[in-house]
Amino acid sequence: MRKLLLLSAVILVGLAFISRLFYLQIYEGRSQDIFEDTAIKKEFNYPKRGYVYDRNGKLLVANQPSYDVMVIPREIEDMDSTKIEEFCKFLKISKEEYDKKLKRAKSYSYRLASPFVQQLSKADYAVLQEKMRKYQGFYIQRRSLRSYQTSIGANVLGNIGEVNRKIIKKQPYYKLGDLIGMQGVEKTYEQTLRGTKGIKFIQKDRFNKNIGSYKDGKFDTLPKPGKDIKITIDAKLQAYGELLMTNKRGGIVAIEPSSGEILAMISGPSYNPNLLVGRDRSKNFTKLYRDSLAQPLFDRGLQAMYPPGSPFKTLNALIALQEGVVTTNDRFACAMGYRYGNRKMGCHAHHSPANMNIGIYESCNSYFANVYRRIMDKYDSPAKGMDVWSKHIKSFGLGNYLNNDLSVGQPGKVPTSTTYDRGYGKNRWYTTFTLSNAIGQGEVLATPIQLANMAAAIGNRGYYYTPHIIKEIEEETIPTRFTTPNYTTIDKQHFEPVIEGMFDVYNKGTAKNLKVEGIEICGKTGTAENFAIIDEKKTQLTDHSIFVAFAPKDNPKIAIAVFVENGYFGSRFAGRMASLMIEFYLRGEISRTDLEDFVLRYSLEHEYAKPYSGEAFGINRQTTLEAIDEEELKTLNALKLDIIKS
Amino acid sequence: MLRENQRRFKFDWLIIIIFLLLVGFGYLNILSASHEGEITSYFNMSTLYGKQSVFIGLSLVLIILILSLEAKFYERFASIIYLVALLSLVGLFIFGKDVNGARSWYGIGSMTIQPSEFAKFATSLAVAKYISDLQTNMKTLKDQIRVAAIIFIPALLILLQNDAGSTIVYASFFFVFYREGLQQIYLIVALSVIVLAVLALKFGIVISGVICLIVLGIRYFFRKRKRGSLLQYIAVFLLAIGFSYGVKLFYQHGLKPHQQNRISIFLRLEKDPVKLEQMRKREAYNLIQSEEAIGSGGLSGKGFLQGTRTTGKFVPEQETDYIFSTVGEEWGFLGSSFVVILFVLLIVRILYLAEAQKSQFSRVYGYGVASILFIHFTINIGMVMGLIPTVGIPLPFFSYGGSGLWGFTILLFIFVKLDSNKINEW
Repeated sequence: MRKLLLLSAVILVGLAFISRLFYLQIYEGRSQDIFEDTAIKKEFNYPKRGYVYDRNGKLLVANQPSYDVMVIPREIEDMDSTKIEEFCKFLKISKEEYDKKLKRAKSYSYRLASPFVQQLSKADYAVLQEKMRKYQGFYIQRRSLRSYQTSIGANVLGNIGEVNRKIIKKQPYYKLGDLIGMQGVEKTYEQTLRGTKGIKFIQKDRFNKNIGSYKDGKFDTLPKPGKDIKITIDAKLQAYGELLMTNKRGGIVAIEPSSGEILAMISGPSYNPNLLVGRDRSKNFTKLYRDSLAQPLFDRGLQAMYPPGSPFKTLNALIALQEGVVTTNDRFACAMGYRYGNRKMGCHAHHSPANMNIGIYESCNSYFANVYRRIMDKYDSPAKGMDVWSKHIKSFGLGNYLNNDLSVGQPGKVPTSTTYDRGYGKNRWYTTFTLSNAIGQGEVLATPIQLANMAAAIGNRGYYYTPHIIKEIEEETIPTRFTTPNYTTIDKQHFEPVIEGMFDVYNKGTAKNLKVEGIEICGKTGTAENFAIIDEKKTQLTDHSIFVAFAPKDNPKIAIAVFVENGYFGSRFAGRMASLMIEFYLRGEISRTDLEDFVLRYSLEHEYAKPYSGEAFGINRQTTLEAIDEEELKTLNALKLDIIKS
Repeated sequence: MLRENQRRFKFDWLIIIIFLLLVGFGYLNILSASHEGEITSYFNMSTLYGKQSVFIGLSLVLIILILSLEAKFYERFASIIYLVALLSLVGLFIFGKDVNGARSWYGIGSMTIQPSEFAKFATSLAVAKYISDLQTNMKTLKDQIRVAAIIFIPALLILLQNDAGSTIVYASFFFVFYREGLQQIYLIVALSVIVLAVLALKFGIVISGVICLIVLGIRYFFRKRKRGSLLQYIAVFLLAIGFSYGVKLFYQHGLKPHQQNRISIFLRLEKDPVKLEQMRKREAYNLIQSEEAIGSGGLSGKGFLQGTRTTGKFVPEQETDYIFSTVGEEWGFLGSSFVVILFVLLIVRILYLAEAQKSQFSRVYGYGVASILFIHFTINIGMVMGLIPTVGIPLPFFSYGGSGLWGFTILLFIFVKLDSNKINEW
């Protein structure tokens, strides 16, 4: 027994030590990550973020330097209260704020740097820089913030903001306090614009003194500056579009059909991108984010999905021609609508019977109901017909993401036979069940950018380039998917009669009052019924005003889709705006000042307020136009002059 | 003649191999912990690792010397060696040199020598000599007092030189005495004293008293036969309370502030966050840094000369008492466990050989060697990993320093020599 005391003690101690080692090194195992090693100081050198220019070389986004005070809580030395107070005075914060900020930094990490006071003013920076050495654990990090040279295009340009912990976890390149593109081109071209930050690893000793570079600088990197980019946006057109959208909600997307370049991308209401720069960024962002009624952060040109309405009829005409189920001369009678079974699809008074040309420019529902049925009836089963039709429609870029370089988007919706099989049961539905698709209602949904792209494809007579926002990247070529055409399933020769019909929309159809002398515009009006849930009741609101157009008729330079929430019939707001945009883009000035005056003068704010007023309200025909006061109109007109001059 | 030769080299090679592994591995870590910039020469005397190279070389000479002397020499001259060691300790009061507040060194030119490192083997020899005397009986109080005096004299001298850490080492002889017949009650008392002291400091006198009462009560009621009188129990209880109180008083007034804080950190007695924050930067700084360095080693470590905390010299004393933190950082769990296992193997091997000795002198000496190595190993690595309050003693064969290395080498190799000679003893 006596012999065993020391022996067992030795073995016990050995086991205890190995357990302790296991606990310290494996179980608790501190991260091997060099970034968490407080013995190694990381000095980041942030490169210049790439500039953003518009298609004509106008500088839109530049940089401004910014200085953050960072903290590494572990390295803070004991400071007595007078020293802390003095430090607080330099930082312009109170002792309470100091404690609070320190607590927050500690809760994130003791060994990693957290931002302490961000975006110092130049004067504060100048004072602090001298004193910083006295406050161990704190240092100043230089960064580059955005400086917008314009007040437009917030949704296009996007903004940069601080990374959150979720991003850091996914992309370890970013460290707390780093900035990252949050929306728009800042987000999609983040990698290109940001460049690569340089890092210097420095070995420190326990007195926090640098004792040389870590492993002879083996891991050090130099910063690589971000690349400048040129985007496809025409700043003037964008500004003009935003002006037209004042006091309205909706979206405008304009595309150059010959390249797929997005000329303008307006979402109303908009905001000044400078709101999201600097110390007030988070306050302003929250305000924009919380505005659940106007939703300024919701890009209506890209994200709003609506039944496309009448513009969609042009596709049905094209498909019918391609499938050979009608000729352009086939006529269909319309007696204020189309009857099927005991139901009726209404129409308005116009010349009857209508051939394709009349059908398009008069937007005859009856005509398209007949055409649609012929397409479907060509095949043995409605399912087969539906799938053929669906494939044609999708070849125009509808019903799926466009695979472009925009930070947000929606796929829209194009039904297939499975859509109805799911709803009604396999083979238990007929063409009449889906007849609304003939006039772009039914199960079809599309976003304004998809409609603009559709117009471009029609204007191009059968192909489109994926709409995109990048025009040039410094020392790089843009992806080939933006320079290869996507062909539709419709043969070229079938486009002429349809385009002729769209041209006649301006000559004698629903947009005859929107003509611009000397420009051959082809277009199509549309309206979309829409509903809101008010007091748990589905309530119809005034129709959305939709317009799709391209111009000139041959070799179009611009294709456009305009969509104005609750703007009522297509030509009232959307049509006027389309004509104005086209004229402005092609000529740089406006001859139809009457159209412009109408658009600027009338606001739809009262329309948007209605559902929340708590009172009963009328829609569509019962609505009245409300003008803004003369003062405001004058300001808008002055703004317009500025845009033209710029 | 042939048999003579064979016998001469019949040393225990396992011990020698473990010794060489420890010294060699220790050297690598000293190199890592003390180098600054390029390593130009391993014998550069302006660097610590350069000096250690020389220390190791000299220790090899010492080994040859020790092994070539007659085994009987050590038993015969044990008392004289002990007296010389005591004289060298006493001489410190006159000729000694103050380093870090402790008067433990002789300065000879630029060299320093620490006699307390040599007093360990000298005391072991003296203890072995006394106990192995045929007339000694460890069960008698007279011999217990005498043998206690043999260890108390050097211990006291060292304590007076302000080297509390080295003093504690002498407590290791308890294992030797116990092996050689010291009554069990001493073991019980020793354990009770440790437990009581911790209880009193951690939970206060009232709670430690209550626990005493419960333990004594259980014993009283469950051992009806030989339980003794109630009065005895009351006396023990009062003694325990008195002791608890004494510990508390000693903690508050007897200890130096830094010692007090070390215990406070270990038992987590301080609750005031401001004071804790201060301690983090002062008394607990070493421990925090060393745990951090060890923890950052992970499974296989950062590699030789690659430790960032070692390179930055974040752990003060990292080449001496805290050398194990460098092992932990650069060699990881695998390397550190290897070192722990080497020490355990070494001590177990010594114990095994000691039990096999025919002469009591060799056995007691072997036990002394094992005990001293054990207490150094336990306290040093325990302190570096935060399992034991901070006590500054070196890790044998590992820590930088000539005196330490030579002291342990002599200690170990006298035993190797004694062991190799067991065949001649009858």
